[in-house]
Amino acid sequence: MAGKTLYDKIWDAHVAHESEDGTCLLYIDRHLVHEVTSPQAFEGLRMANRKVHAPDKTIAVPDHNVPTTLDRVSGKIDNEESRIQVEALDKNAKDFGIHYYPVSDVRQGIVHIVGPEQGWTLPGMTVVCGDSHTATHGAFGALAHGIGTSEVEHVLATQTLIQKKSKNMKVEVTGKLRPGVTAKDITLAVIGKTGTAGGTGYVIEYCGEAIRDLSMEGRMTVCNMAIEGGARAGLIAPDETTYDYVKGRPHAPKGAQWEAALNWWKTLYSDDDAHWDKVVTLKGEEIEPVVTWGTSPEDVLPISAVVPAPESFKGGKVDAARRSIEYMGLTAGQKLTDIEIDTVFIGSCTNGRIEDLRAAAAILKGKKIKDGMRAMVVPGSGLVRAQAEEEGIAQVFIDAGFEWRLAGCSMCLAMNPDQLSEGERCASTSNRNFEGRQGYKGRTHLVSPAMAAAAAITGRLTDVREMMAENEPA
Amino acid sequence: MEKFEKLTGIAAPMPLVNIDTDMIIPKVFLKTIKRSGLGVNLFDEMRYDRQGNEIADFVLNKPQYREAEILIAGDNFGCGSSREHAPWAIADFGIKCIVSTSFADIFFNNCFKNGILPIVLPEEQVAVLMKDAEKGSNARMTVDLEAQTITTSEGESFAFDVDAFKKHCLLNGLDDIGLTLEKQDSITAFETQAAQARPWV
Repeated sequence: MAGKTLYDKIWDAHVAHESEDGTCLLYIDRHLVHEVTSPQAFEGLRMANRKVHAPDKTIAVPDHNVPTTLDRVSGKIDNEESRIQVEALDKNAKDFGIHYYPVSDVRQGIVHIVGPEQGWTLPGMTVVCGDSHTATHGAFGALAHGIGTSEVEHVLATQTLIQKKSKNMKVEVTGKLRPGVTAKDITLAVIGKTGTAGGTGYVIEYCGEAIRDLSMEGRMTVCNMAIEGGARAGLIAPDETTYDYVKGRPHAPKGAQWEAALNWWKTLYSDDDAHWDKVVTLKGEEIEPVVTWGTSPEDVLPISAVVPAPESFKGGKVDAARRSIEYMGLTAGQKLTDIEIDTVFIGSCTNGRIEDLRAAAAILKGKKIKDGMRAMVVPGSGLVRAQAEEEGIAQVFIDAGFEWRLAGCSMCLAMNPDQLSEGERCASTSNRNFEGRQGYKGRTHLVSPAMAAAAAITGRLTDVREMMAENEPA
Repeated sequence: MEKFEKLTGIAAPMPLVNIDTDMIIPKVFLKTIKRSGLGVNLFDEMRYDRQGNEIADFVLNKPQYREAEILIAGDNFGCGSSREHAPWAIADFGIKCIVSTSFADIFFNNCFKNGILPIVLPEEQVAVLMKDAEKGSNARMTVDLEAQTITTSEGESFAFDVDAFKKHCLLNGLDDIGLTLEKQDSITAFETQAAQARPWV
């Protein structure tokens, strides 16, 4: 019998019931909740007179709707609908007795940053949230994926999900990354290679030297975008880097329980003889800093490239590429480094952690953003913000001309006041470049934090490696 | 949930690939705390100009497709966000069945929770259905869930796969939560065993 993958092992440890046709009830260890996809689920519970099955495993935080401007501390949200959603979460958290980090709490932030930060996310767990970027938590070797509101209600009521097992896909990134290349470039490069539907039906395990060498922050960036490749979840096997990150966090196990947990976590890896349904390999040293040119995350090219011709694609993608290029206001053959930028956004569950801010600040130190540029940094949580202030990074951003904001999802999805206007072009560290994602007719180029910082300085998409050469002594 | 058994209706062609959930229902409409009433904003940014006027050449604005109940779509339909507002908007508009070569995972699951049947077919068959849909309101297709077939206006029929449990729930309009709670004993047994094996969770 073939060995097991990491996914197989976590799956097997969480099957509470299996029907003859293979439909399983998968037990959920952590259920994260935010204000946008939960109100209808709590309403459903009330209407059926049901309780939350495991309130101690349910953690809520408002993030999508909340303003990130500094006057938020006054507790007011001007947009009435947003305020109602946040107030509904306040009430639901209280009524149903679940863990809660309200807007006023310094620990508030993007749900996928708060979970790991507080030690709620641990290796080997099953984690769900009514948000597609739940894949982020896979960085810990936890099986984590997004669900819809009906499933949110199902998990609230039963602490399980009705699931069928996905297939196993291995994405190996070998060797070392070159300077200026980051976790964001890896994850975009993978999607560029597999396409946005390449992972459909699979759970991806990322492995290889380049993945092992990443910090937890970098691993979260990689897994975060597994969903953009169509996968149900992304996973990275836990190791010393994982244990070091988890140890001592508020909700991490302690003492004898820590030892017991560690013993189990050390068994969480894919066996050498495990079966893979699909394998994709990238060479770490061949990955360049990348940007997106179109309106799908698969529209990825190295920064040294040019806008492609629609005719260079096949099938339905020819029309899609034509539509994207028109929407983005570009011309086939145009150099990516000639694309001028109006706005820079650094933040989101993809790139709103401390390491992301450090990487951007390293490029910005002692420099100013281009005249007329609108630039903002939105830390992923109140604690990331506090740490960046302590490290002096906040001041680097402020001195360079960035706005230094409070924590939230902000311009990643623009449900809050942070939005692009029609035709405004943004270099963004977020995860989706869909039409209208950052604002009606807004234009998004996805980049790493370092690349975003470089674009803020020059006012155009820029190869960050040129700036790194400038900063280094000869 | 409303039952889905057999449907004969107008199919609208949307050949664009990678139609994402931001296109299906833009985020400004996610601020609702209700499930209903989103149909008017389905495909909002493609369907209306900034003044709220209909864009004439958008498929669902054309007279022959305003009553469409089936959507024939390009590859990777429903990619992006997990927002169930997307199937809510589709169902509220009156669309009950979507056909594509592939769907994004979360969207696919969300459909079944809302009485919508997503059908995956090979490229050549989707192409035949797309052509049939282009004939407009005279071309009514028939979707038979029990028999697992979809039939064009000209009588050409294709078989499709559907998960047996999901089919059962759709045919009978069953509530998942009620079904799962019938297995409460298994959940309790699992919790007892897991509390011993992994007490730190």
